[in-house]
Amino acid sequence: MSAQPMHIHPYERNWMVFSAVMLVLFATAVSVAAFGMGIQVPAPEQRVDPRIVATDPNSPWSNPGLREVSPGKYDAYILAHAIPVWEYLPKEITVPAGSSVSFYVTSSDVQHGFKIQDTNANFMVIPGQVSKLTIKFNKPGTYNYICTEYCGSGHGIMYGAIIVTP
Amino acid sequence: MKQYQLSTGEKKFIGSHLLVAILALSVGSLFGPLQAFEHAGWDIYPYIKPLIKSYYQGLTVHGVLNALVWTTFFIMGFLTFNVMFGLKRPLKNPTLNKVGFWLMVVGVVAAAIPILANQATVLFTFYPPLKANWAFYLGLTLVVVGSWVEGWGLFMTYFAWRKENPKELTPFIAFASLVTALLWQICTIGVATEILTMLLPWSLGLIAGVDPQLARTYFWFTGHPLVYFWILPAYISWYAMLPKQAGNGKMFSDSLARLSFWIFLVLSTPLGFHHQYVDPGIPPVWKFIHSMLTFSVFFPSMMTAFTVIASLEHAGRKNGGKGTFAWIGKLNWSDPSVAAQLLAGILFFFGGIGGLANASYNVNLVLHNTAFIPGHFHLTVATAVTLSFMGISYWLLPYLTGKKLWMPKLAVAQAWIWFVGMIIFSNAMHVLGLLGAPRRVPLGLAPYVPPEWNSRLFQVGVGGAILFVSGACYLTVMLMTALSKETVKEEVEVPVAESMQDLALTPVWLDRWAPWIYGALALIVLVYGPVLFDLIKNIALTSPGFRVW
Repeated sequence: MSAQPMHIHPYERNWMVFSAVMLVLFATAVSVAAFGMGIQVPAPEQRVDPRIVATDPNSPWSNPGLREVSPGKYDAYILAHAIPVWEYLPKEITVPAGSSVSFYVTSSDVQHGFKIQDTNANFMVIPGQVSKLTIKFNKPGTYNYICTEYCGSGHGIMYGAIIVTP
Repeated sequence: MKQYQLSTGEKKFIGSHLLVAILALSVGSLFGPLQAFEHAGWDIYPYIKPLIKSYYQGLTVHGVLNALVWTTFFIMGFLTFNVMFGLKRPLKNPTLNKVGFWLMVVGVVAAAIPILANQATVLFTFYPPLKANWAFYLGLTLVVVGSWVEGWGLFMTYFAWRKENPKELTPFIAFASLVTALLWQICTIGVATEILTMLLPWSLGLIAGVDPQLARTYFWFTGHPLVYFWILPAYISWYAMLPKQAGNGKMFSDSLARLSFWIFLVLSTPLGFHHQYVDPGIPPVWKFIHSMLTFSVFFPSMMTAFTVIASLEHAGRKNGGKGTFAWIGKLNWSDPSVAAQLLAGILFFFGGIGGLANASYNVNLVLHNTAFIPGHFHLTVATAVTLSFMGISYWLLPYLTGKKLWMPKLAVAQAWIWFVGMIIFSNAMHVLGLLGAPRRVPLGLAPYVPPEWNSRLFQVGVGGAILFVSGACYLTVMLMTALSKETVKEEVEVPVAESMQDLALTPVWLDRWAPWIYGALALIVLVYGPVLFDLIKNIALTSPGFRVW
């Protein structure tokens, strides 16, 4: 063993510099996307008691659905559950094109996922937590939301749809 | 010069690890193709209903046996071999290692019973509040504790060796194996806490509920370093054994190989939030910090790529290879152990690129829990790791048993079949994920599958069928070798590549353990501490258990 500084072959030194530069590039790209373009991941929103979240009359998820908060702006309260059957409530939402919808999703039993096809909305639905993400729908069409976390035998049939009208 | 020899008893001990590992792989791998066939529309599950109740029970068997049991047993056996062979001494306390091994075996049996009884169809991530039978959690605990005990046996052996050789540099394969065992001790604190403070008492009825967000956080504390626990043993072989096998090559840089293992130890745990980017209960700033730390692991991975390829090039040129790339053809491709590991390494390159995409914070929004993820980890754990371990077993089994490898040509073909099958399977899964297909879904039955997924789902089935053939070839070669009467003429040589660089140049600080361990622990406290403190302070044991399978 040597008390001298480490010996590094010049080729390998160049390679390490190249790796470090690539790392910096990746980190920059992700940072610009996150903070410059505002493509963000879910943040802690609210905690709830999963045992009563679907039944407590004060809980918005006792009456899940769409609420218009201002013209073109909506809040969608969506409940995911496996009991009595695997489904989202509501199963269908209709909004006009150009709407901005904030999704508030929680579960009254096991963990679920929530992914709206062809959008950046894709997050975990965890009992006791509320997941929130806002999506703007510009193009008319049908956007399925599907469950992306194993939640029991009916996981594969669990989905709903957002219908964006022209 | 004659190599250091393990005693017959020691070989048997390593061999029993290999036996359990291969048994697990052979059962677990039966179900992989069944998932793939289901995707292609050839659902076999209805026909095996008396035995296996559902797609998800099959998926649980596949995940637990292949990802947890096959890997852990193979790794503990391989690390134990490397420590003994590397340090040229027997275990300090073989009884302790035997106790660890048997704890793991009892654990596997305890977990297997509820899985086979459809009482633990919770997949290998066992996210609560899906609630399995208590024996499942107890079994997992015993596997982890058993692996700890085996690890302690290895550390004691190292201390004994250090006492006998106070000035010597720890031989590389022993050093790297000890780092891997240490990484495992540190990172499994997460899953141990999850099971012992929540899942086990809850499944026994001692507490009424669990906190699913906290449980996930504990789980992923272990869940990501777990993949380094899988890959580092393959790296040990790629760094220090494969160059020798591929053409009598030497390891390019001993110092940088050691440095990269230390960096893996320090960086592999404090980055678990990259599995939780889309969890609601963790502040984005911490997710971002973990994403940057995840990127940092790219650095030792690139160093590994350089050293391994440079060492292989040395081997290829020794075999008479010329040109910038033509030397690759001169490696000993006809040796099944070499072919398997080289092919594993090639696919790992693509696995690494996919991993960078997963790690990229908000890019993960389009990938999280899609078919892209199993597509990715079938390149990493199911190829880079598994195919390398298969390659290692092609010399390790003859070494341990003294039997000649049965039909080496079939073994070479096995590696290539795996390579081709995995390219088809994994490529289709990646594309499906990008198109929006979720993971863990019997897509053959899902009501929302658009027609453009169909050709890819078919490819998943084709890939699965090819992989099944390869798996069957592997098991046949292993079984026939073990049963064969044909013994090897000379002792099987353990392939260990010498360092190209003079070992006297390896800096002394690369053989000092304390600073790296303190560094690893400090970084964990720094980037996990605040979030865990907050989650534990606000713990809400409000989720009762559910059995919805």
